[in-house]
Amino acid sequence: METKQILETIQMISEEKLDIRTITMGISLFDCIDSDGVKARQKIYDKLTTSAKDLVKVADRIESEYGIPIVNKRISVTPISMIAAACHDDNYVAYAQTMEKAAETLGVDLIGGFSALVQKGYQSGDRKLITSMPEALSETQRVCGSVNVGSTRAGINMDAVKQMGQVVKDLSEIDPVSCMSLVVFANAVEDNPFMAGAFHGVGEADKVINVGISGPGVVKRALEQVKGESIDTVSETIKKTAFKVTRMGQFVGNVAAKALNVPFGIVDLSLAPTPSQGDSVAEILEEIGLESVGAPGTTAALALLNDAVKKGGVMACEHVGGLSGAFIPVSEDSGMIKAVEHGNLNLEKLEAMTAVCSVGLDMVAVPGDTPAETISGMIADEAAIGVINNKTTAVRVIPAKGKQVGEQIDFGGIFGYAPVMPVNTNSPAKFVQRGGRIPAPIHSFKN
Amino acid sequence: MKAVITVIGHDQIGIVAKVSQRLATLKVNITDISQTLMHGDFTMMLMGEWDDDDVQFEVVKQGLQDLANETGLSINIQRQELFDAIQKL
Repeated sequence: METKQILETIQMISEEKLDIRTITMGISLFDCIDSDGVKARQKIYDKLTTSAKDLVKVADRIESEYGIPIVNKRISVTPISMIAAACHDDNYVAYAQTMEKAAETLGVDLIGGFSALVQKGYQSGDRKLITSMPEALSETQRVCGSVNVGSTRAGINMDAVKQMGQVVKDLSEIDPVSCMSLVVFANAVEDNPFMAGAFHGVGEADKVINVGISGPGVVKRALEQVKGESIDTVSETIKKTAFKVTRMGQFVGNVAAKALNVPFGIVDLSLAPTPSQGDSVAEILEEIGLESVGAPGTTAALALLNDAVKKGGVMACEHVGGLSGAFIPVSEDSGMIKAVEHGNLNLEKLEAMTAVCSVGLDMVAVPGDTPAETISGMIADEAAIGVINNKTTAVRVIPAKGKQVGEQIDFGGIFGYAPVMPVNTNSPAKFVQRGGRIPAPIHSFKN
Repeated sequence: MKAVITVIGHDQIGIVAKVSQRLATLKVNITDISQTLMHGDFTMMLMGEWDDDDVQFEVVKQGLQDLANETGLSINIQRQELFDAIQKL
């Protein structure tokens, strides 16, 4: 091996903050279903604490021996609405508490799957789970929940859109910071290792290891070497860098899966930023040539970045999955925060960006007095972008209780802080209150 | 086990001797070695190999960390497979 390659690899990790964002173990809970809620929860606790008992130990060993930081160890489970539906409980908060207890015992950072899939309609468990969400997510630290309200094949469940606006609002009234544990999806994927949206899909194996990579800093550094060159060169540079980053994800996933004796699922080819300087997707866009993220051209630059990351990453690993693309969370990206604070990036531009990026309106803080219907309107807009364009979209919005535009809300650690962004104050209430379903879109006559 | 050991720091008398001495004590065989100056810093890379039945990774890592603390050098050790995974098709 050449000295240059060794040094490059070490530099990627030490200076450019390349890391494995998460090793997530997906665990099916179908064999824990019981008509007695207490028994079901005991089975869940037992299965989680035996299946994942070595997860943290193995991840720590990989980190030490290979010198790659593994930022989070996480678990995703079958959507609890399906598991709890057989029991007679009216409220599922106790299931969230069981998940929390298991996560605490195992030492994992987050556990996802307090979830429901209602893109076409509700079953009894879905309704109970969703109404339990504000209490469940505010009373737990590590539990994450998600609700899928639309899909390209089913359309958009507007009853769910309406309800989720209220749920987000209710949760923010109890504890606005807890809103970062709740995401509303369209076209949710079953093998996503990233939170808050991770759950273990019904088509998955009993247990699986999925890996989410990071690495905006590495891409930015590579682009600094090709200043002023044509966009073709930019695209090629991103592809090559994404290839290397993804190879590391594939490698770590394989090592972890083997050590845990669990099949390796997918690598999520994501550029996941953190609030640290130099670990920002916004800074990549600015390196491509924008004065600030939010400038005209932002959507095009992001589309190029997202596509090149996928093209480079796909060849580097056996199975690609999850959300795979560039994340643009506001609070977790120092460049995005700066753009919002300077008035260079607004919600409308952010929404346009979500049409070509990995997910959606993510970690966006809005004024505390934003009505539930307005949040539902935002959810409906994002869901429509996802459903029509056959991609995953999501909303993770934080109504900052008691705060107005110009103030900020702090989430701590890798979740950063978010400046409160202005929201269009025209009301979508009558639209949202209609309820019903937006039919599935036609897949021909694409314009 | 094979590992890549990188030593970075201000050039000083006896760096190579100190590192190879410590590796010998830790029962690590040096199979390849190269050095260069990078941005004015002395940078040495070694390929180390040892018998897993005899020596634990953690012991080698700790031994090198102790040396790093004594000398003010930055010493890293990483299993070699990582570099192959990232850099080779």
